Amino acid sequence: MTHAIEVIDVTKRYGSLQALAGISLAVEQGEFFGLLGPNGAGKTTLISILAGLTRASRGTARIMGHDVGTNYREARRALGVVPQELVFDPFFTVREALTIQSGYFGLRDNRAWIDEVIENLDLGDKADANMRSLSGGMKRRVLVAQALVHKPPVIVLDEPTAGVDVELRQALWRFIRRLNSDGHTIVLTTHYLEEAEALCGRVAMLKQGRIVTLDKTENLLRLHSGCYVELRLGGALPAELEPLVKDRREDGAIRLALPEYAGVERVMAALRESQVTIQEMEIMRPDLEEVFVQIMRRS
Amino acid sequence: MAGFYTLFYKEWLRFWKVSVQTVLAPVLTALLYLLVFGHALRGRLEVFPGVEYTTFLIPGLAMMAMLQNAFANGSSSLMQSKMTGNIVFVLLPPLSHRVFFLAYLLAAMARGILVGSGVLLAALWFADLPLAHPLWVLMFGVASSGVLGALGIVAGIYSDKIEQLAVFTNFIILPLTFLSGVFYSIRSLPSFWQAASHFNPVFYMIDGFRYGFFGVADTSPWLSLTIVVGSFIALSLLTLGLLKSGYKLRH
Repeated sequence: MTHAIEVIDVTKRYGSLQALAGISLAVEQGEFFGLLGPNGAGKTTLISILAGLTRASRGTARIMGHDVGTNYREARRALGVVPQELVFDPFFTVREALTIQSGYFGLRDNRAWIDEVIENLDLGDKADANMRSLSGGMKRRVLVAQALVHKPPVIVLDEPTAGVDVELRQALWRFIRRLNSDGHTIVLTTHYLEEAEALCGRVAMLKQGRIVTLDKTENLLRLHSGCYVELRLGGALPAELEPLVKDRREDGAIRLALPEYAGVERVMAALRESQVTIQEMEIMRPDLEEVFVQIMRRS
Repeated sequence: MAGFYTLFYKEWLRFWKVSVQTVLAPVLTALLYLLVFGHALRGRLEVFPGVEYTTFLIPGLAMMAMLQNAFANGSSSLMQSKMTGNIVFVLLPPLSHRVFFLAYLLAAMARGILVGSGVLLAALWFADLPLAHPLWVLMFGVASSGVLGALGIVAGIYSDKIEQLAVFTNFIILPLTFLSGVFYSIRSLPSFWQAASHFNPVFYMIDGFRYGFFGVADTSPWLSLTIVVGSFIALSLLTLGLLKSGYKLRH
């Protein structure tokens, strides 16, 4: 099957700055793919190249098999991009903006789908309001709607939830998940790693223009076989457990970092021996954030 | 086709929604020039035999307004879109550079011609304007707003800031339009400036346009038309080349 996105050895240079230093990756149709990395890692540059907003210095990028340079019409028709910046055209209302955006993609009568998108993104009340009068969160929703007017098979969201309240974030993910289950390929960049962990089947981590890790999210989480134990104790923590302390919270809870699950046994034994009672105990596996921090530090 | 139509319509709406500022205001400015200069110089200047100075002034003022507004439309639209970032809305869709060019150009020409027609219509209150060769009027009106429309797109692509565009407007467009014989016939100039005026393409636009009204001109209207259409073709090719290369739009 054709890859939804295919990037082969793409580099990008801005003068002396190497924004992308040879990126290759493939995203399959129907995937929910995460693109993670610190600021300046090259995520937005990569997205811009896929969208045709930036031209690669070298390498090839394809959307649904269409080269973004030589076959840009098909490539752009297959791609919907939600840009990171909160941009809008102050001359138009929400509905006008969506109708115009449809027209750019050659769609004359797109009313039914526009109505559906408006409803799903909870924009109904604001459909005839001028873009200028909308709050930041509402403008973000319109940006998502604008990226979807042409029902692209591949949707790229560049930090769509930055500065967005919880309610909208959840509504947005519900909608994006539905699109994904309808067969749309989703690529997401975000700084909220719990979002990536919950949504993305695979994740690529970028640093300084290179991919440092690309794997299934579950494999990445398994990479770190250790776990955390959070305890609330009836007495003092035995001295031999002291080196394992990762964090002490103000409310008295202690978090221990264990290199492997078997370590839980040792903790229990030490507590029993010192006759310290356990008031509360929780075992937690590391989250993507932890994995991310470790990988970024290592590479 | 729908892509072109939509982009043109959007560019049209953009100025039409604020037409008080983009159409009415320039018409009023031109009329003020007409009122002030026409009144101050009436009877003292007779440029063409038998033509009142106020009447002489009208085509030049109409052309000047047309050119300035054709230039302003594309340039301000593109520059603002780049500054606010909403240029992505037209860069993400599958619009070819030709469609992009045509839509911005035709919208700019439409605004220019609208303002020019407004000036002419309003000026009829002040003076009787002959119309010797309507076809020449039309040809010069369309071709000249095309030249400045294309130039506006180039300026809009080039400018990242308001100041850069202001340099274009104040140091190139304004002097070229003012020093082109709007207010005088270049025959009244000293020979050096007469010769210099022949290097100003705007001179030919105004001279040819005026020929359409009075049937008299400083230079052959055929020469003027050749120069204006030639400039239009050259600028259009330049603009298409810039758009195709993605210069300053697709980094």
